[in-house]
Amino acid sequence: MIVKALKKMTWGRAAAHALLLFLVLIWTLPTVGLMISSLRDKDQLSVSGWWSALTLTERNEVARLPKADKQLEENGQFIIRGELFEAGSGRTVISFGTSANSIGQAKPGDIIPMRDNGNISLSENGSYEWVSNEKFTHTRGPRLFYEAGIPPSFSLDNYFEVMQSQGIGRSFINSFTVTIPATIIPILIAAFAAYALAWMSFPGRGWIVAIVVGLLVVPLQMSLIPLLRMYNTIANITGGQAKSYLGIWMAHTAFGLPLAIYLLRNYMVGLPREIMESARIDGASHFKIFTTIVLPLSFPALASFAIFQFLWVWNDLLVATVFLGNTDSTLVLTGRLRELLGSRGNNWEILTSGAFVSIIVPLIVFFSLQRYFVRGLLAGSVK
Amino acid sequence: MFEQVISAAITVIIGVGAALAYFWGSNWLLDRFLLTGPDDSAQKSLRRDRARSTIRPWLFLLPALLFLSIFLVYPVFETIRLSLMDSGSKNFIGLSNYIWAFQDPAFLQSITNNIIWLIIVPAVATALGLLIAVIADRLWWGNIAKSLIFMPMAISFVGASVIWKFIYDYRGVDTDQIGILNAIVQGLGGTAQAWITLPVWNSVFLMIIMIWIEVGFAMVILSAALRGVSEETLEAARIDGANDIQIFFGIMIPQIMPTIIVVWTTITIKVLKVFDIILAMTNGQWDTQVLANLMFDWMFRGSDFGRGSTIAIIIMLAVMPIMIWNIRQSNKEEGTK
Repeated sequence: MIVKALKKMTWGRAAAHALLLFLVLIWTLPTVGLMISSLRDKDQLSVSGWWSALTLTERNEVARLPKADKQLEENGQFIIRGELFEAGSGRTVISFGTSANSIGQAKPGDIIPMRDNGNISLSENGSYEWVSNEKFTHTRGPRLFYEAGIPPSFSLDNYFEVMQSQGIGRSFINSFTVTIPATIIPILIAAFAAYALAWMSFPGRGWIVAIVVGLLVVPLQMSLIPLLRMYNTIANITGGQAKSYLGIWMAHTAFGLPLAIYLLRNYMVGLPREIMESARIDGASHFKIFTTIVLPLSFPALASFAIFQFLWVWNDLLVATVFLGNTDSTLVLTGRLRELLGSRGNNWEILTSGAFVSIIVPLIVFFSLQRYFVRGLLAGSVK
Repeated sequence: MFEQVISAAITVIIGVGAALAYFWGSNWLLDRFLLTGPDDSAQKSLRRDRARSTIRPWLFLLPALLFLSIFLVYPVFETIRLSLMDSGSKNFIGLSNYIWAFQDPAFLQSITNNIIWLIIVPAVATALGLLIAVIADRLWWGNIAKSLIFMPMAISFVGASVIWKFIYDYRGVDTDQIGILNAIVQGLGGTAQAWITLPVWNSVFLMIIMIWIEVGFAMVILSAALRGVSEETLEAARIDGANDIQIFFGIMIPQIMPTIIVVWTTITIKVLKVFDIILAMTNGQWDTQVLANLMFDWMFRGSDFGRGSTIAIIIMLAVMPIMIWNIRQSNKEEGTK
C-alpha cells in the first residue's frame, strides 16, 4: 500500500505535503515549546532552550567552601571535605577552577593549588577534598568555580508554585466566576429576542435587525468611558462598589448580545415554517412554540454561541481590567498573566506555567466542541 | 474563595431565574388581562387579539433592547459628547481634543502603526488561510493539519503574547539563547538581537502574533467556501486543459471573492481593536503604540476622558464604512420592513 502511495506521489504532491507540514510545525511548535518549558526545572529553563530539554544542561556555578572550623586533622595534614551537589541530584562536574576566568582549568579528578594554601581535588560526582600541610585559619571560605552538567528533569513544581504563591490559583477561580454567568445569561435573553425578530411581525422589526448588525462591529472602546462613569455614579449614589462581579457580568452580557441575537435569529429563520404554522393552528401561543419547539431545535446555534462567548469572556483582558480592576483579589487569569509579564518578565518558569494554566481551559473547550465552534464561525461572519 | 464560587452559582440561578420569571410572568399577565372569552363580541375579541399580538414581541425584546441601549447605543452618543469636553468632562472645549490628536506625536505614531497593521495583517492572514485551505483539502491528513492550525484561535491574546515573547527572548550576545528565534539566528551565524526593542521590525514581530491567531479563522471560512465551488465548472475547465494554477486563479478565487472580502473585513475590524498584544509585549514602547492601547493609556494613566473618547471616536470612524456595508448587505437580504 505504501508503494502504491509512493507511486502516486508526484513532485507537486510531495511539495504540498512538505509545505503543509512546515506550516503545521510553525503553528504548533510555539505552544509545544511553552508546554515543555513549563515542565522543566527552573534552573535549566533559564540557561538552555526547550528543544534541548532531553540533553545534559551545562551551567557555570559557584560554591563557597567551608570556613576553617570544618577542618579535620589526619596524618599531620589538614583536610576540608564536602559535597557540591545534593545526594541523588544526578549532577556532574565537567570542569572547575579557582576563579571565574579559569573555570576550564581542571578536569574532574585533577588536583590544583588553592590561592591561600593547600591543594584541592574535585571528583566528577561533586565531592571535594582540600588538603594542606598547614592549619587552615581563614574565616571566610574561598570560592570554587565549576561547570556543572545537569541531567534533564521534569516536574510539576512550577505549576505548584504559580498556583499557590503567584496568585494564578486565585485568578483561575476569578476567571470562572466571571465566565460562567456571563456565558449563560445572554443566551436566554438573546434567544427570546431572536425569536421575536425571526417569527413575529411588528413594525420596526427590520430596523432592529439592522441596528443589531451595526452593533456587531462597534468597537468596545466606544462603551468603556461612558460605562465607567455610569458605574462610578451609581456606586456613589448607592454607596456600593463601582468594580464588581455584577457589573462585569452585565457588561459582558450586553457586549455578547449582538452576536448572540444575530446568530440565533439567522438560525431560527431557517427553521421550517410548517412546524410553526401547524402549532399555531393547534392554538399554541408564541411563548409555548418558543419554549417547546424553537428552543430545542435551536440547540446547535445555542451551543455555537455559548462556545464563542465562553472563549471570548475567558480570553478577555480589556473588559476585565476596566470593570473588575487590578487588585490582587479580583484579577482574572489574563490580567494576572499580564501583571506577571511586567513584574516577573524573566522568570520563564512562572510565565510558561501560568500561561499554560490560562490556555488549558479554552483548549479543552475548543477541541471537544470544535464542530459547534466551526458552525458558529461560518454562520457568524456577516455575508 | 469558596464564598465566591457560591455567589457565582447563586448569580447564575438568580439571573436565569429572573429572566425566566420575567418572560413567563409578562406573557402570563398579557394573556390574563387581554383574555378573550366566548362571550365577548366579535369586535372586542378582535381588538384584544390585535393588542396582544402588538405587545407580545416587545415583551420578548425588552431585556435585550434595554441591555443594548444602555451598554452599546447610549455610550456611542455619550462618547461623542465626551470627546468634545475637557479631561474632567466638565467644560465644553469644541474640537480641541481632535486638534490636539493630530498634533500629538504619539497619536500620529499610533495611527501610522495602525495603518501598517491594517495593510499587513488582514492580507497575510487571508492569503495564508486560503493557501492552507487549498492544500489541506487535497491531503489525507488535511483535517488534522487544519485542526492544529486552527488551535491558536482558542488562545487569548495575552497567552499568545507570553508564547511569542518566549520565542523572541534575548539573553545577551555571548550566552546560550533560550528563545528559539535567536537560537536559529545564532545557529545560522547571525547575531542574537533583542527583537522587541528594534523599531519598525518589532511591530512586525507583534503582527506575527495576530497573524498566528487569525490564519485559522480565515482558513476555516475559506475552506467551507471552496467546497461550495461547483464541481462541474472545475471539471469543464480541466477538460479544456486548464492547469491547477489557472483553475485556482481563474475559477476558484472569483467564485469565493465575497467570502474573501468577509474574512478580510472581519480581520480588519479585529486589528483596529487589538490592544492586548501591544499592552502585554511592549506597552507601546519602542515605537509600537497603536490607537486602542493609546486610548487605554489616556483613560487610565492619563485619566483624561476627553482625549480617551476622542481616540475611541477615531477607531469608530475607521470601522464605520465596514459597518454601513454590513447593514446594506443584510438589508438587501431582508429588506427593512
